[in-house]
This record gives sequence, structure tokens and C-alpha cells, in this order.
Amino acid sequence: MSVRDVLRGIIGIELDENDPFGRPARRRTLDISHNVILYLEDITVSFDGFKALNKLNLTIDAGELRCIIGPNGAGKTTMMDVVTGKTRPDSGTAFFGQSIDLASLTEAQIAHAGVGRKFQKPTVFERHSAFGNLELAMTADKRALPSLVARLRDEERDRIADTLRLIGLGGEADRPAGLLSHGQKQWLEIGMLLMQDPRLLLLDEPVAGMTDDETMRTAELFVSLAGKHSLVVVEHDMAFIEALGGRITVLHEGAVLAEGDLAAVQNDPRVIEVYLGR
Amino acid sequence: MREPPLPPLLDARQRAGLGIFLAAALILVPALHLVFPPGHVLHVSTYTVTLLGKIMCYAIVAVAMDLIWGYGGILSLGHGLFFALGGYAFGMYLMRQIGRDGSYRSELPDFMVFLDWKDLPWYWAGSEHFLWAAALSIAAPALAAFVFGYFAFRSRIKGVYFSIITQALTYAAMLLFFRNETGFGGNNGFTDFKRVLGYPITSPETRLALFGVTAGALALSFLFVRWLVNSKYGRVLTAIRDAESRAMFIGYDPLWFKLFAWTVSATLCGVAGALYVPQVGIINPSEMSVANSIEIAVWVAVGGRGTLIGPIAGAFAVNLAKSWFTVSFPEYWLFFLGLLFIVVTLRLPRGLAGLWRAPRRKDAPPEAEP
Ligand SMILES: Nc1ncnc2c1ncn2[C@@H]1O[C@H](COP(=O)(O)OP(=O)(O)O)[C@@H](O)[C@H]1O
Ligand SMILES: [Mg+2]
Repeated sequence: MSVRDVLRGIIGIELDENDPFGRPARRRTLDISHNVILYLEDITVSFDGFKALNKLNLTIDAGELRCIIGPNGAGKTTMMDVVTGKTRPDSGTAFFGQSIDLASLTEAQIAHAGVGRKFQKPTVFERHSAFGNLELAMTADKRALPSLVARLRDEERDRIADTLRLIGLGGEADRPAGLLSHGQKQWLEIGMLLMQDPRLLLLDEPVAGMTDDETMRTAELFVSLAGKHSLVVVEHDMAFIEALGGRITVLHEGAVLAEGDLAAVQNDPRVIEVYLGR
Repeated sequence: MREPPLPPLLDARQRAGLGIFLAAALILVPALHLVFPPGHVLHVSTYTVTLLGKIMCYAIVAVAMDLIWGYGGILSLGHGLFFALGGYAFGMYLMRQIGRDGSYRSELPDFMVFLDWKDLPWYWAGSEHFLWAAALSIAAPALAAFVFGYFAFRSRIKGVYFSIITQALTYAAMLLFFRNETGFGGNNGFTDFKRVLGYPITSPETRLALFGVTAGALALSFLFVRWLVNSKYGRVLTAIRDAESRAMFIGYDPLWFKLFAWTVSATLCGVAGALYVPQVGIINPSEMSVANSIEIAVWVAVGGRGTLIGPIAGAFAVNLAKSWFTVSFPEYWLFFLGLLFIVVTLRLPRGLAGLWRAPRRKDAPPEAEP
């Protein structure tokens, strides 16, 4: 246990790893000077010899809205696990912007650097109110000791209320999240992502369990977020993907099979074979 | 910038309850003990004062356990260790206060004379000072918990694995303390205390002073932990309990949230242990036995996890029952304890606290995973 770890945890001071005098680190700044927000290069992940990702290469531009499709087991969720630090790749490099090496950061540090994630199965804090879920997600000093004395400011309250309205939960602020419907939980989790104000949003099957109407409203929301944020959306729902209108990457057996706009991908013979051939 | 007022720490009913508790502990019990002679119907006996004082120490431990188990979702089966460390640290001071009044008329504690030791071991240095011993009874469990917790939580040891490791740690410590060479009196531990701060340890005034300090410590522990769990820190702690990866991916590092609750919890146990030893008059390695640590979890389960007041009630209920059983039917106590645990688990998932709280609303959130 290093002095740096102790200081970080106990008095909440983050020391710069490379500073010989151990002075507090600057916030990790995202460098998108080459207009790229995410680089995955030759990423391989194996589970007991089975390669869930097999030399995966993927580049996401800043402000882009990218859809990822692919059959079950193609490695879509595993790709998000690698980006968010949940799974460490066996080989390959993952960079957030030009300078942030994701392999060297913990899950919480990756979140602070600006990556937000929605899980495939909606995951919210069921015993906390909808308001409380957004409050915990909101950008803030998220270290243990500072949170002992953290108080909500008026403008933070307003921001939470605005987000609640945006995700259609304005009337459910005090309701425990565990009692919301499946679709409402999906929206709440999206709201939590927004409160984090991430630069890159990873959304794993965000409209599963939503009605057609909710699905289309979600598409509108995502389209409005693109530009300021970069989004990577994993989905099966073709109507939803069409409404998003972004570039599409097809994953198959842990690698990229095809990439392009919807028409190009749908007419690609390899894609047709994977989806229809067996 | 206007800040909205914080919700009060206690509502009117809880404030009244706290007031009644403190009045009873600081005025009523001492008055009944001193004013009425033994034999009088209103007399509170020395036995009762000691018993209640002891149970209040256990109640502090129950509050500590509720912080880490009820709110943190981390079941410790090693809280007896932290309690014992606090007790031993303060017990060293009580041993030094015996002075030359021991059986061997030596400055050294009797068990050291018996072992033919000529000097105090280095870690007994300073133990003649009350403040040093008091500080040590807080620092020793805090440090032990911090170091153990740091490695366990950093390695992401969870659930039943964590519980088993805490149990093993406590068991190892018990074996260590059983050894005479460890320098803590072997299997006899510390006993035959004479004085605390120069006052005779069994005089009614000393007993009542210790009783009052314990009541104050219980009230402060309760208020402090309640403040903790009501803060944003506390809400994050329960969020980590309920959905740890969600909490990580919104930027909270579970290590430090768990480690802080764990260390605070161990520290409170140390305080309880330090208050327990002068009242009960003995500390030995059996405090670190497997059964003791499990009993702590039973108090909290019986009282109702995640309610603070419930575990206090649980500590009182179970220990009052225990003191009656061990006098009347000593051989049945463990059966009763097991039965109680089963009945509470099956019939009263929210413990005693569930009885006097409003019945569960239909739209109440789902319970935490056990
Ligand atoms: N933790 C794990 N252990 C073993 N196998 C896993 C694990 N996670 C994923 N896999 C396997 O990796 C493959 C890719 O899974 P996943 O990324 O979830 O696919 P997708 O999200 O594209 O449906 C699947 O065959 C899955 O069974
Ligand atoms: Mg998936």
C-alpha cells in the first residue's frame, strides 16, 4: 500500500504518479486533437481459451453516433467491458482520446475520465428514489470522505429535476427505483448517464423492453446528444438503428465483419451470410 | 447561495426516546442504586447495574455491526476480535493500576512474574497512562481493521468469502492470545483489577460512573452512525451494497467506501471493549471465540438490519434472555439462540424493528439481498 493510495483514499488527494514531489495530479484531460475519442487496437479477450474478442479494431470519432450490431455472443458486451475496465484484455491497446490508456485505470477512474455506461440488463439502485439515483450519478467529488459532508446545491437540484423531466420521470422523483417499470428503469439509467456528463456513452441494448413509442423517443434523445457527446449503441432493433442514422459496425466472433451505413451493411454478402446463412 | 435545510438527524419521537434513555441511565438507575438499600423493592442491584452496563457495550457493537452489515452489506464474523483488542488495550492499563497489590507484590502483572519475566515487554510501554491506553484501545482495532480491510477490499473479496476470512483471522488471533509468550496473560487473560484512575474499581460510585460513560458512548455511537448513514456517503455505501458495479461505473471506488465503514465499525467495537473490561472485570481470549462473533450477527439480525435502533434492541433482548437462560437452563442457551435465529429469519425478516414500525407499504422498495 503506497503513500499515494492512502492519501487518495483518506484525505482525498490524488497525487500525480509521475511527479517526483508527489504533488496533486491535474484532472485527466481528454485529448481529441485527432478527432478520435476511442481507439481499440488488436484487442483479444479469451475466457478459458474461447476468444470472445479476437484482434478487434474499432475507432470512434469524437461526436459520432455509432451502432454496433451482431449476433448473440459476437462480443459486443465484452467490448464495452474492456472499454470500462470491467474486463482486462489479454492483448491489444485501448485508448480514450490520444493520451488516456484505459488499461492503466480502474473502473471508477475511467468513469471520471468521461466514459459512461448503460448495462444490458437495466441496473439502477432499486432502494434509492429516482431522484436519489440521479443525485448519486451526478458529476461531483466522488471520493469517500468528501461525500460525508457533500450537500446538494440549488442548481444541482434543478439539474436533477430537469433530467427527471427529460426522461419522463418528473412525477416519480420520490418513488423507489425498484418499483419503476422496466422501460422506466431503462430511462432512469440513461438519465444517470446524462448526469455524469460523459464524453463517451456506451449503451448496451438500451431499448430492450421498451414500447415502440418509447423506442422512438429514445432514438430522438440519442440523436440530440450526438455531436456534444460520442455514443456507441449496441442494438438488435433495426427500426431503432435506422432512426439513429449513424454508421454501423457489424461484429462477428469477436472481430469486425463489416462497417458502413445501413444500406451498405444490409447488402454486404458476409453480413447476410452471418445473419441468414445458418 | 441558499442552502436548503438539512433534515433533522432525529425526529421528535426519536429525540424523546434518546432523552428518556439518557435520563434513565444517568439519573434513574444511579439514584435507585444508591438511595435504596439492598433488599428494598426499588433497589437496583450491583448485578443489574453491571449486567445493563455490559449489555450497553454489546449494543455499541451491534450499532457498529449494523453499519458494516446492514448498510454496507458486508457480514463480519470477526467483530469479536476488534472488541477484544479494545478490551485488551484498556486491560493493560487496569493491570498496571494493580501496582504492587497483586499476589506476588511485584510491579509486574502476576502472570509475568509467574513466567519469570524480569521486565515488561516493549509493547506494554506507556500502558500505565490512562490516556495512552484509551488511545490504544481505539488505535489498535482501527489499525488492524484498516490494514486487513485494505487488502481484502482491494482484492475484491466479498460475501461469504469475506465472512470466512474474518472468522479465520479472529480464530488465529485467539490462538495467539492463548499463548503465554504473547504477553497478554494466556488463557486466563487479565483479571483481578483493583483500580481505575486511582478509584477502587468495584465501588458503587466507580461502577455508576462507568455505567454512565457507557450510556453516553452508546448514545454518541448511535448518533454518529446515524449521521454517517444519512449523509451522501451513507447513500453511496448502500448503493454499493445493492449494485456495486453500477456504483463503480458512475465513478465511486468501493474500496474506500467499504474501508471507511469497516474501520469506523472496528473502532466502535474497540471503544465498547474498553468500556466492557472494567465493568465485567475480566478479558480473556474467549472473547475472540467463533461463537462470540456469530452472536453479534444474531443480535443485529434479531433487531433488524439497517435500522440502527433495531440492533440495539436486539442486543438487549438477546442478552437479557441469555442472562436468564444461563442462570436457569444453561444447557439450553445455544438451542434457544439457534431457534431464535431461525424464527426471526423466517417470520420476521425485518427483525424486531419490523414489529414497531408501520407495516410494510405495498409500494415499498425491495429488500436488500441478504
Ligand atoms: N465472464 C465470462 N466468462 C466466460 N465466457 C464469457 C464471459 N463473458 C462473455 N463470455 C462469452 O463471450 C462471448 C461474447 O459474449 P458477449 O460479449 O456477452 O456477447 P454479445 O453481447 O455480443 O451477445 C459469448 O460466447 C459469451 O458466452
Ligand atoms: Mg450483450
